[in-house]
Amino acid sequence: MTPILSAGDRAVLAGRDGPAAAMALRIVAETARMMGAPRLIDIASVHVDGCLYHGDSGTAFVERLVADGGRVKVPTTLNVGALDLMHPDRVNFDPARRAMARRMMDAYAALGCAPTWTCAPYQAGHRPARGSDVAWGESNAIVFCNSVLGARTDRYGDFLDIAAALCGRAPYGGLHRPENRVATVLVDASALSPALRAEAALYPVLGAWLGRTVGTAIAAIEGLSGPIDEDRLKALGAAAASSGAVGLFHVVGVTPEAPDRAAAFGGNPPREIIALTGAMLRDARAGLSSAAVRGDAAIDAVAVGSPHFSLDEFAALDRLLDGRVARAPIYACTGRHVVDRLEADGRRAALEACGVILVVDTCVVVAPILPARGGLLMTNSGKFAHYTPANTGYDVAYGSLADCVASALAGRLVRDESLWS
Amino acid sequence: MKAEPVIAGIARGRVLRLDEPVSFWGGVDPASGALTDPRGARPGETIAGRVLMLPSTRGSSSSSAVMLELLARGRAPAAVVIGTIDAILGLGIIVGREMGYPTIPLLRLAPQAQAAFADGAVVAIAADGTIAIEA
Repeated sequence: MTPILSAGDRAVLAGRDGPAAAMALRIVAETARMMGAPRLIDIASVHVDGCLYHGDSGTAFVERLVADGGRVKVPTTLNVGALDLMHPDRVNFDPARRAMARRMMDAYAALGCAPTWTCAPYQAGHRPARGSDVAWGESNAIVFCNSVLGARTDRYGDFLDIAAALCGRAPYGGLHRPENRVATVLVDASALSPALRAEAALYPVLGAWLGRTVGTAIAAIEGLSGPIDEDRLKALGAAAASSGAVGLFHVVGVTPEAPDRAAAFGGNPPREIIALTGAMLRDARAGLSSAAVRGDAAIDAVAVGSPHFSLDEFAALDRLLDGRVARAPIYACTGRHVVDRLEADGRRAALEACGVILVVDTCVVVAPILPARGGLLMTNSGKFAHYTPANTGYDVAYGSLADCVASALAGRLVRDESLWS
Repeated sequence: MKAEPVIAGIARGRVLRLDEPVSFWGGVDPASGALTDPRGARPGETIAGRVLMLPSTRGSSSSSAVMLELLARGRAPAAVVIGTIDAILGLGIIVGREMGYPTIPLLRLAPQAQAAFADGAVVAIAADGTIAIEA
């Protein structure tokens, strides 16, 4: 289906706003055609994932947009780049790749994007209104935007994001349409033990299970308890979006489009009901660690902060470390919006004295930051657990934040299995 | 067998049929086209030059960037035949066309129908989406 274009769209295609805007609209309109979207809509904001260097082609694309006079038409934030601009030595790129990654980041800023360099833009002040249409990239940002903020974006890939920003338009399809946002699968968590339901480490595991189980279907989860704060929802969504293609989930009574079960399902009965068991989650948890990892193996590093660590998560890390010095380095990935606050109150120096290495603007699975010798990486992030083996060559072990700190202090795996037995 | 051409084009190559979804980012080396996920399908094999058949993709929205880099380096598949249309992968091909790189066809064909093509068979794809076995 070819989408119907407005008079404004046709004027942009004809060159009214310059060649970069015309190319951007061609890309948006072609994407609309592939998706089967009937028309384009105005969008309120954009989050760009395409600023991460994967090769010279991405730099060539954005520099072409700059050369052709591109300028964003709506507020636009930037996801991580491949460099830590605050700590240039963190990333072990050769000079040629470093230069190309830097040129790419500079070009996105030159288009008028805010240099936020974070995969948690929603914790850095970019919070579109519930019900508004936006165009966001990066799988965890997309699922958070839809599920927790209740703003509407489809799962957009790199390049569509900046194209939408340059023309202010997006395809009217997928999760922009209210009828595509209702749940079809009910997940009942009420049979899980109260202790597990109270535990933050449940959420990445539940997310990994959800992504593997429902794929692109929309689930509504019932029966969770305890403080279901944004960091927990962020962990759930990030894990679900990396193990599956989840762009939206609901938590009944918590997320904005699911005040109750009827609202979550649009008044329809669930097509499928899954009673969650401890055994399902044990399998999902096991799947987050490399198969060959022994229970008391020596660890080489800990990584936290995918998505980027929040101030509250740093406070929890600080409490667990309690001034003790870790034997294994703890890479904590975050954005400038958090680092500024950690520096202002002196916590940055205290954390670094305990062995925490701050990674800013980027993270350990998208850029070569970990020592190249390989080894065993421990993480509390379902997303890090998912991407670590392929992207870093390290084996991975998943555990709670408390497990990660205990393991970093001991230099070997220390995991509390009691919650999961 | 006729598939739906989402991005039309002609191609010829040996089938690489994967039975599980792949994430291009984190699953395909953008420089070489090699499958890299040790827990995923056929690690170590390359998708470059192959008629890649798969049920769907999963995961990252950077898969379009990986596709663009594969096109720029001449390491892309000859064609992608997929069960569930993926606008993210297609986007990489569309941007490749804008940048003047050689492009490839993207076709929709249900996984059950993909099973008619043996892994390793040589097939030719026509602009109307017809996929014919040559050898």
